[in-house]
Amino acid sequence: MQHYSRVGAAFDAIVIGAGVVGACCAHYLSAAGASVAVLDRGWVAGGTTGAGEGNILVSDKQPGAELELALLSNRLWRELGSQLGEAIELELKGGLVVAASASALEALQSLARAQRACGVETVPVAGPELAESEPHISARLCGGILYPEDMQVQPMLAAAHLLAAARRRGAELRTGCEVTEISRGSDGRVTGVRTSAGSFSAPVVVNAAGTWGGAVAALAGSALPILPRRGFIVVTEPLEPLIRHKVYTAEYVANVASSDEGLEVSTVVEGTRAGTVLIGATRERVGFDRSVSWEAIGRIVAGAITVFPFLAEARALRTYSGFRPYCPDHLPVIGPDPRVPGLIHACGHEGAGIGLAAASGLVVAQLATGRPTELPLHPFAVDRFDEMSVRG
Amino acid sequence: MATAEHPVDLAVIGAGPAGLAASITASEAGLSVLVLDMAERIGGQYWRHQQDETTERGDRSHRHGWSTFVGLRTSFDAHVRAGRIAHRASHTVWSVERAGALFRVHAIGGERDRLRYLAHARAVLVATGAHDRQLPFPGWTLPGVMAGGGAQSLLKGSGVAPGRRAVVAGTGPFLLPVADTLLMAGVNVVEVVEANAPLRMLGAPAAIPAGLVKLPEAAGYARRLREHRVRVSTAQAVVAASGQERLSAVTVARVDERWRVVAGTEREVRCDLLTVGFGFTPQVELALAAGCETGIGSDGSLVVSTDSAGRTSVPGVYAAGETTGVGGADLALLEGRLCGAAVIQDLRGGAATGRGGRAGVGERIERRARRRALEARRRSLLSFAAAVNGVFSIKPGWEEWLDPETLICRCEEVPYARIRTALDELGAGDARTVKLLARPGMGLCQGRICGAAVARLVASRRTAGEAGSGASVGFSLASGAAQEDLIALSRRPLGSPVPLSHLAAFDTRIPPAADPPGPGKAGDRPDPVKCGDPPDAGGAGDPPDPGEADAGPTLGECGV
Ligand SMILES: Cc1cc2nc3c(=O)[nH]c(=O)nc-3n(C[C@H](O)[C@H](O)[C@H](O)COP(=O)(O)OP(=O)(O)OC[C@H]3O[C@@H](n4cnc5c(N)ncnc54)[C@H](O)[C@@H]3O)c2cc1C
Ligand SMILES: Cc1cc2nc3c(=O)[nH]c(=O)nc-3n(C[C@H](O)[C@H](O)[C@H](O)COP(=O)(O)OP(=O)(O)OC[C@H]3O[C@@H](n4cnc5c(N)ncnc54)[C@H](O)[C@@H]3O)c2cc1C
Repeated sequence: MQHYSRVGAAFDAIVIGAGVVGACCAHYLSAAGASVAVLDRGWVAGGTTGAGEGNILVSDKQPGAELELALLSNRLWRELGSQLGEAIELELKGGLVVAASASALEALQSLARAQRACGVETVPVAGPELAESEPHISARLCGGILYPEDMQVQPMLAAAHLLAAARRRGAELRTGCEVTEISRGSDGRVTGVRTSAGSFSAPVVVNAAGTWGGAVAALAGSALPILPRRGFIVVTEPLEPLIRHKVYTAEYVANVASSDEGLEVSTVVEGTRAGTVLIGATRERVGFDRSVSWEAIGRIVAGAITVFPFLAEARALRTYSGFRPYCPDHLPVIGPDPRVPGLIHACGHEGAGIGLAAASGLVVAQLATGRPTELPLHPFAVDRFDEMSVRG
Repeated sequence: MATAEHPVDLAVIGAGPAGLAASITASEAGLSVLVLDMAERIGGQYWRHQQDETTERGDRSHRHGWSTFVGLRTSFDAHVRAGRIAHRASHTVWSVERAGALFRVHAIGGERDRLRYLAHARAVLVATGAHDRQLPFPGWTLPGVMAGGGAQSLLKGSGVAPGRRAVVAGTGPFLLPVADTLLMAGVNVVEVVEANAPLRMLGAPAAIPAGLVKLPEAAGYARRLREHRVRVSTAQAVVAASGQERLSAVTVARVDERWRVVAGTEREVRCDLLTVGFGFTPQVELALAAGCETGIGSDGSLVVSTDSAGRTSVPGVYAAGETTGVGGADLALLEGRLCGAAVIQDLRGGAATGRGGRAGVGERIERRARRRALEARRRSLLSFAAAVNGVFSIKPGWEEWLDPETLICRCEEVPYARIRTALDELGAGDARTVKLLARPGMGLCQGRICGAAVARLVASRRTAGEAGSGASVGFSLASGAAQEDLIALSRRPLGSPVPLSHLAAFDTRIPPAADPPGPGKAGDRPDPVKCGDPPDAGGAGDPPDPGEADAGPTLGECGV
């Protein structure tokens, strides 16, 4: 494979965004033999990927297109994990969803039954047995479901190592390079991009700009309704490894699917390799406001303590926030833009972009190289929003 | 006092020279002042230790500024007795945030930080001083190697010297007081190793670094060093420390003006204590959290930007002393006084008045003249500090002292090689992405120790990249760190570790009226979080001991 290094060079595809989604696109594109340039105005993983927790979940998906995508991605991440090794800190730790009331447990169990019918592995855990899975969990919970397929990855390292692998196959990575224009020929087809660091030409441009995907679409005269949905994470000091799974409460599934602008909180707790415990997750639509909300943080922490009472004694070291790329129907936008031939979108993954990145990258590569896609992409189509507004 | 209904006029964070001077100035004018300091005693970095030495080892009144401190302490105590200053000792402030027209100051204190304290104030002064600036080198994590300020604290805390044969190394005028303190404690200080060459730079004939001569106390230090026959080496550096379980020797080498080792000049010096200091890093995280603008100080550190009276870019938030730049105790004192006067003026909306009363014209003219004199003196101290900082700046060649396995971040055990991998191979280019990909600064100290070094490594790599030479040498023209990188390494939304039970207390939720949709539907169970609700931390209403509450009941106590 030829290694291009000149500005203005021609590529088979240009990927805008060096987050985890862009990295997966570059990985599969270059693996398919395409020459790729990845452009980011910041550095690698400096967008929402740098704020993500790294859960690769099937447990929080309702049966349907997103679950199909998640199952594919789950399988692909396992492959990536064995290719890239320890470096990306992939852990097949499993997820445990717990319910604090009989009715919540019932709802959770019926979700699990439906997921099971779609091929998800689910293991019901009765209240008294929770302690066998999680010895330090509150004794007051009613029960839960164990999802052995849920995994965790260090998303920034995953993005960086996927990009490094792509570069070894000849892909070009340009950081500090802001795309300012998507160029189109007289036939309307994409011909490349103009950036703060010169122009690049390619017949295919991939919009992997995450939360900024709408702004990038606009550069090509298209439109995507992607909005930021803020989330806070609290990180504890390194502790003894007392939490084995990713543990979250059943409300999480409801909040993921909700479109409320107001603050929504569900408890998500997990340990990391570094020994710290990550506590999430809040969801709020407040634009790109980075100011700390102690109310939001108070809620997730209070929730975490109800699930793991020992956490009350632990200390928080830091908090951070990020902006999930949110679409009104909570599904990502993956697929060609019918209004702009040559433009392929892979953005708007909201709180699941890390988990769904691998499958997104694979189908983008398949689209760009003219092969059939692993999954039907119409549920993720760009023009579904047009229909939505037509339907009112 | 200090509740939302009855806020204090001024909350002062830090009872060092700057904070003390400001609080006395403000309370003399009748303002209500709350002083918080994580230490048990007032005095800050320097005087606090002297007090301890005073009680332990007799009178130290020959020390510079001692009588000034005694004077400050006397007025401070008088204001406390009169109820004009409330002093919260052993309270660590971990956040300052705006809340409407007021500021909320969040602190923890007491045994294992079990006390949660929240104060409301109309104005806040960040006078949190600075901490030792460190540069890593091979062996620096061995027991027996410590920061200069750290060695002083240890002496104070345990009363025993942390070693018997010491080398004092790094750069800057504060190597001398550290050596002096060690000598006083009976430690055999074998050598003071200064990496810069102030004599060469200034052509001064004196036997001690010229930049120090103007420090009032430097002559005394120098005399004692001579009396104890302490070798003072300049243009030399401790480039490695060695030992089995703990420090037993250091490697001292001659360095050029960029701190690159002059080959063949290495020599071993036996010692069981090495103190290192490369100047100081201002503690700016509370100001950053409050939204204050920052800049780069004359020593290359991130500092809070202020006007000449300590006003930051955020109305109502002030900074004085070493948070605005490292310049010694005299400057900190002066800035504290100016800042106190500015707070009076800003809160009173015009002329500062005497305690309760109105100022007459004559008084106002006099006060203005006094302020002008203070400002003039501040300018002269600042330019002196800038000159000193120029002489004792950090040079980029220190990166060549590092081995691939030298730990840069000791909390997260991040070796130099991993940082280089992040920068050279993984696409990191600023401190934030280096943190994300290699984890320096993510541990317990939150980048306080490694921040200056990491920011410099990033800057040197970036300059090498920009030069486009693909230079493989870890050396570049950039000696300083970039502001954005320093900010990334200084931003700490939690200024210190906070017990999770305290954070949970911010949850003010009342049980939701409606059921949430979807599978999480759980209308019939008690909201678990509500049970975790602790008593109000002094936000609304008047708690019995205003502003103070304990950690609140845990879930077990309220029973879900
Ligand atoms: C608190 C929090 C927790 C989360 N936890 C999880 C989790 O556990 N599991 C999970 O799967 N997901 C999680 N997410 C969501 C996940 O982080 C995102 O969905 C995912 O990172 C999106 O990746 P991306 O590559 O699409 O976007 P990003 O990582 O944001 O990358 C987009 C890139 O595009 C670049 N860009 C934008 N505009 C331009 C331009 N004009 N020119 C050049 N470059 C441009 C940006 O600089 C950026 O680097 C979480 C999110 C948050 C906020
Ligand atoms: C070893 C050593 C020797 C020195 N020798 C000299 C000398 O000879 N001459 C000289 O002029 N200067 C000397 N200095 C410098 C002098 O100490 C400083 O210039 C001066 O103390 C700065 O005053 P300040 O008020 O800005 O900060 P400091 O004196 O550092 O006071 C800051 C205070 O804030 C408190 N604090 C910090 N963070 C928090 C928080 N989050 N919550 C609550 N409280 C907090 C600290 O406990 C501290 O008491 C020396 C310093 C050191 C370390």
